[in-house]
Amino acid sequence: MQTFLIEVGKALYLFGGLMGLASILTWLERKQSALMQDRVGANRARILGLRLWGLPHIITDAVKLLTKEDFVPAGVPAWLHALAPWVTLTVACLPAAAIPFGHVFPWGGQTIDLQLMDMQVGLVYTLAIASMAIYGVILAGWVTRNKWSVLGSLRAAAQLIGFGVVLGVSLIGPVLLYGTLNLQEMVRWQDTTVLHGWLPRWGIFFQPLAFLVFLTVGIAETKRIPFDLPEGESEIIGYFLEYSGMKFGAFFLADFIETVVVAMLTVTVFLGGWSVPYLSADQGGFVWPWGTYTAVSSVGIALLQMAAFWVKVFAVCWFLLLIRWTLPRFRIDQAVRLGWQYLLPLSVLNAFGTAVVLLMIGR
Amino acid sequence: MPGQFKKVRRPPDNWRVRSYLPAILHGLWITAHHFFRNLFIFTAHRFGLLKRVRAGVVYQWPEEPRPVAPRYRGRHRLLKRPDGTPRCVACYMCETICPAECIHIIPQEVPDPFIEKAPRAFYIDLSKCIFCGYCVEACPEDAIRMDVFDFRLAGYDRFQMVLDMETMLNSEPSHPSQ
Ligand code: SF4
Ligand code: SF4
Repeated sequence: MQTFLIEVGKALYLFGGLMGLASILTWLERKQSALMQDRVGANRARILGLRLWGLPHIITDAVKLLTKEDFVPAGVPAWLHALAPWVTLTVACLPAAAIPFGHVFPWGGQTIDLQLMDMQVGLVYTLAIASMAIYGVILAGWVTRNKWSVLGSLRAAAQLIGFGVVLGVSLIGPVLLYGTLNLQEMVRWQDTTVLHGWLPRWGIFFQPLAFLVFLTVGIAETKRIPFDLPEGESEIIGYFLEYSGMKFGAFFLADFIETVVVAMLTVTVFLGGWSVPYLSADQGGFVWPWGTYTAVSSVGIALLQMAAFWVKVFAVCWFLLLIRWTLPRFRIDQAVRLGWQYLLPLSVLNAFGTAVVLLMIGR
Repeated sequence: MPGQFKKVRRPPDNWRVRSYLPAILHGLWITAHHFFRNLFIFTAHRFGLLKRVRAGVVYQWPEEPRPVAPRYRGRHRLLKRPDGTPRCVACYMCETICPAECIHIIPQEVPDPFIEKAPRAFYIDLSKCIFCGYCVEACPEDAIRMDVFDFRLAGYDRFQMVLDMETMLNSEPSHPSQ
């Protein structure tokens, strides 16, 4: 019973964090783009006269989407029409289940593993679920019997499948380096320092090329600018053209959830996951590179690591939004060529190089 | 040499350009720089500092009035003679030149032999007016000007958008150039 409650608690914590961060991203997207373009951004909605930097706009957006007309085109099976957003939303959330959001939490004489599903093949699971995102998109485009929607779906298929391959191959390098597919094990590998204790042993320092390729492909998987060809709002509106109200809102939110999930995966594989630089759980505190030591209680260590995870995820989300508001959109042929002709050979090369180097140093 | 020509140097086409990376990094640097600069100045404004530096280019209208350029063409105004009668002589110049055909003047006789006519009624339909300023330039008497700075011209129906002579005669110039 107690185990069950703990599992439910962990699930609520992770789901709440994911949803909360995705909602905050809708606000951050407006405010960040505004600041980047010398504007002010949405700031008129207020609660009890308080504007709170435009934060109430998260609520007004939801209210607006919920109260809008929910239009189903004539001749479209209503249940299929309603299914597509839910498939998209569910598939967008699921990969987060394998992400470790902390190490262990000491609680009442036992330790709680801060991960929802401790799988040996966590990385493969994440990629497998992420590749299922195409179903909701295809369904949405196909079922609404609209030519532009179908065009959007076909573009999405070309793009997501092409980049899905690269997504897997780009992670072979890190997997060889860590020697595991278990995401928690990966973070444990990174939770130490090199160069006489100065540099955290994060994946990005050993696999910079894989990081670059993975980030590019991750952005493509979220279907946002510069890879928003399935939407293409200036020409085809995209696969969710025939959706309105909260069903459209579900697609919209799914994009943000995917952004958060990509950020979580990036943080876990390349940026040390929950690990705090110089904080060592074995030593019970910070071991600073200049030789001093600061003791932290075990609960404090757990809380610091959980906070570090969210801080890193937020930072990566910020960076993804920075890219989204800086770069123009690729054409479909450019995007597909980038995926197949440049990123795929690059990631194969990276995997090969990593394997050779690991063989040479005898691991 | 037949004519002059200028040799245009083609932009370089090498792997640096092809990889997009230098351009992307430069773009990210520009946008990130704007982001942090504006974030810093907005935060400073919260604490009442650096008030003289603007963050962003947006005017928070209507709380913050927008500055007007000296050549701004505002709402119309009819000027008066020293005795309070309109300067306008109902010559129809403005009505004739108006490309939107939104000026309507009804003339009347005046006892003064040195003044030809005077308007009995003078309407400008602001919902049609395109604010071109031709009426001001056409007027031989300098009787009409567009120097009432008020761009909040809105009404609940079309008739509220029609300016009558009373309003135009009793308007004060509120233009920065005055
Ligand atoms: S500004 Fe132009 S359109 Fe408006 S009343 Fe004068 S002449 Fe007509
Ligand atoms: S041009 Fe001047 S004087 Fe002639 S009718 Fe118009 S406002 Fe009056």
